[in-house]
Amino acid sequence: MSSAHCLEIQGVTKRFGGLYANDDISFVVDEREIVSVIGPNGAGKSTLFNCITGFYPATSGRILFYGKDITRRRADSICAMGIARTFQIVQVISDMTVLENVMTGALLRNGRIRRATAKAEEVLEFTGLIEKKRFLGPELTIADKKKLEVSMALATGPRVLMLDESMAGLTPVELRGMIDLIKGIREKGMTLIVVEHVMEAVMEISDRVVVLNSGKKIMEGPPAAVVSNAEVIQAYLGEKYHAAVGQ
Amino acid sequence: MPEQLLQQIVNGLLIGFMYALIAIGLTMIWGVMNIVNFAHGDFLMLGMFTSFWLYTLYGLDPLFSIPICTALLFVVGLLIYRFIVSKVMRGPMLAQLVVTFGVSIFIANLAVYLWTPDFRLISKPLLSGTWEIGSILLSIPKTVASIGSIVTSFFLFLFLKKTKTGKAILATEMDREAALLMGINTERINSLSFGMGAALVGIAGAFLSMYYYIYPQVGGLFSLIAFVVVALGGFGSIEGAFIAGILVGLVQTLGGFFFDPSYKYAIVFLIYLVTVWIRPQGLLGW
Amino acid sequence: MQRLTTKQTSSAAVALILLIAFPLLTENSTAHHVMILFFMFAMMGVAWNIMGGYAGMFSFGQVAFFGIGAYTSSFLLITYQVNPWIGMIAGGLVAALVAAAIGYPCSNLRGHYFAIATIAFGEIVRTHFNNWKLVGGAEGLSLPMLDGGFRDFMFHSSKLPYYYIILAFLLIAIIVCYTISTTKMGYYFRAIKEGHDVARVLGINVAWYRLVAIMVSAFLTAMAGTFYAQYVLYIDPESVMLLSVSIQLVLICMLGGAGSVMGPVIGAAILIPLSEVTRIWLGHKGTGIDMLIYGFLITLISVYQPKGVWGLISAIGKGKG
Repeated sequence: MSSAHCLEIQGVTKRFGGLYANDDISFVVDEREIVSVIGPNGAGKSTLFNCITGFYPATSGRILFYGKDITRRRADSICAMGIARTFQIVQVISDMTVLENVMTGALLRNGRIRRATAKAEEVLEFTGLIEKKRFLGPELTIADKKKLEVSMALATGPRVLMLDESMAGLTPVELRGMIDLIKGIREKGMTLIVVEHVMEAVMEISDRVVVLNSGKKIMEGPPAAVVSNAEVIQAYLGEKYHAAVGQ
Repeated sequence: MPEQLLQQIVNGLLIGFMYALIAIGLTMIWGVMNIVNFAHGDFLMLGMFTSFWLYTLYGLDPLFSIPICTALLFVVGLLIYRFIVSKVMRGPMLAQLVVTFGVSIFIANLAVYLWTPDFRLISKPLLSGTWEIGSILLSIPKTVASIGSIVTSFFLFLFLKKTKTGKAILATEMDREAALLMGINTERINSLSFGMGAALVGIAGAFLSMYYYIYPQVGGLFSLIAFVVVALGGFGSIEGAFIAGILVGLVQTLGGFFFDPSYKYAIVFLIYLVTVWIRPQGLLGW
Repeated sequence: MQRLTTKQTSSAAVALILLIAFPLLTENSTAHHVMILFFMFAMMGVAWNIMGGYAGMFSFGQVAFFGIGAYTSSFLLITYQVNPWIGMIAGGLVAALVAAAIGYPCSNLRGHYFAIATIAFGEIVRTHFNNWKLVGGAEGLSLPMLDGGFRDFMFHSSKLPYYYIILAFLLIAIIVCYTISTTKMGYYFRAIKEGHDVARVLGINVAWYRLVAIMVSAFLTAMAGTFYAQYVLYIDPESVMLLSVSIQLVLICMLGGAGSVMGPVIGAAILIPLSEVTRIWLGHKGTGIDMLIYGFLITLISVYQPKGVWGLISAIGKGKG
């Protein structure tokens, strides 16, 4: 295998005082894969995202992006290298319009305003928000805000897009829209890593699923295998969907 | 030489206890509402003037006007919160920063208008003079004020940890949303905390009036020092503010002693800068 | 921030023509003086806005840069006979360097903590200058009487050249601010103002852009300081480094509307004449009424119209459109 994996997580550990939020987590992601990271609350999913994208420094371990070590890099530098992400609590710029928000992302690789505007509009067409380009951030519905955040991330021209609970709080119709969007992003040649709780979505979009519990990786594999695994089900004790799986 | 040093340390402690008393009110407001009360020093000034007028007009010694100062400033704090500050809590950051500035300027100049900018002094307070312990001089009013500061802080501490309302205040300080979810009326806690913050500094004002010049602009410097103390101790931490107050008092006197007295406040500000650079959450903050 | 519409450009041109013609229409020296102060504060307000209204770093210590500019050029003039124009550039550079030195460790401070850090900084600088014998300590510096004329940056017979110079400075500041706001830097500043996380996730080097904002702001403010020194010919820490001047700057920007290019100009246009007038009419008795009204106004604005006058104008504009 000569070509490097897209993303390699090698033994990543993140310690806060005595608490191991991430404990020796390892897995790889290949280009154009969609990998979902699941696990009960507090399992360390967002912490892992923060370590990968440079918002926290990992305590130990390595993270390789197309073979390059990005473990100690700053968040903005990692974005420039091609990994974009969204946040669990949607972060958009509140006194800018939708278009301006996306332009701010586009400016990373399109320094001139005119080009950035064109790129932003292109992204908004793709994500379906173009009609609302003059809306102000706070005026959007939660589903549109999430789409906006995704648009902003896409405008930075990433090769890998990491989404943190982008399906939370969506109606079934909105959910369908987001799932289609994610698939469309993969069609464009990007790789996706997704933290999710909504299992229907996970089942539909994932090539592979990584399961975290209490900071450790307890399993990885194709969706069907993972959700019928006894240890995984036990970790999610009480969640109603496990009974529906395996039918 | 060591005696001079010891004297400076004693002075520093006496000043420090007063700074601590002034700062605990500020840190409470800051911790609960995440708002800097730039008018804090002016509340102090109001406390001082209340004590002064009670003394001048009714002959009431500052020691006995403490309850009145406390009650009066509590009401002032409540009103200012209710009618002014509460309205900017949801507003932009700049508005929150500026509104207490506006209140500060207003109060200070209202005092100038009503009472002229002249410096006043309470000429014959009950507590005056110095104790001599060996060759160390202890100013009696400052010592009593320090004791008052310790006692007040202690009772505040008890109130916060042991009473239901007190615990509600601490809860709001730690996590506003969680407190809301637990059914705590955070708006009421805000008013209460603002009022209490003002009341606490009212007590300080009464004590301070026993030995310090009383004039409308006196609040400015104390405000700034209070910020430094709160930052050093950790925003929201009562214990932190107390310890930091003492430390700042020591730094001030020792800094003036070892370096140049005219730099003593500059050194205090330098402490603030160094603290927020190295440990933004302060000594005991979270 | 949109590029200017034709309507806005033509109104600006008209206003500019009026301002240029103004001193020729009246001989009133006080009026000239008030206008000069207005331009100077407007310029400093625009400079403040670059780091405050746009990048979200609310400085309450801006006066330190004003003072550094004034002192640098004056000291160089007095001691080494350096031309004031060159001294002005030097002052700007010194101020920018100091700003960078202070700004870098404060990179992670936001909101209230940053504000207090700037106050602390301003006060430390003032105390230092009060005690620094090299630059006159509390006695300050008196500028030598040069021949007069443009080269010397000193005019003895009339205020008019000062008027036009500070107006030109104001225009320079406005152009700088406008350019920033309509290009990448402006968008990045506004992202930083929103939050460090949202900025970093878009690939923005937050620390670097914050530094740039602070340095540009400091440079422009220092230019105003040199101007002031050349205008009044005497500076001391109590006149060029007072905390109250910093606060006045913040209020100007807030009143006019932080986050817009012209906001500070509007704010200065209202507050400077107002404070001069109230000072002359009401303040001389030391009753504090002028400041009382001031404080009242500020509180009122913070509560009811925090977006300032510009916010009002935009809202009305949007309503019509």
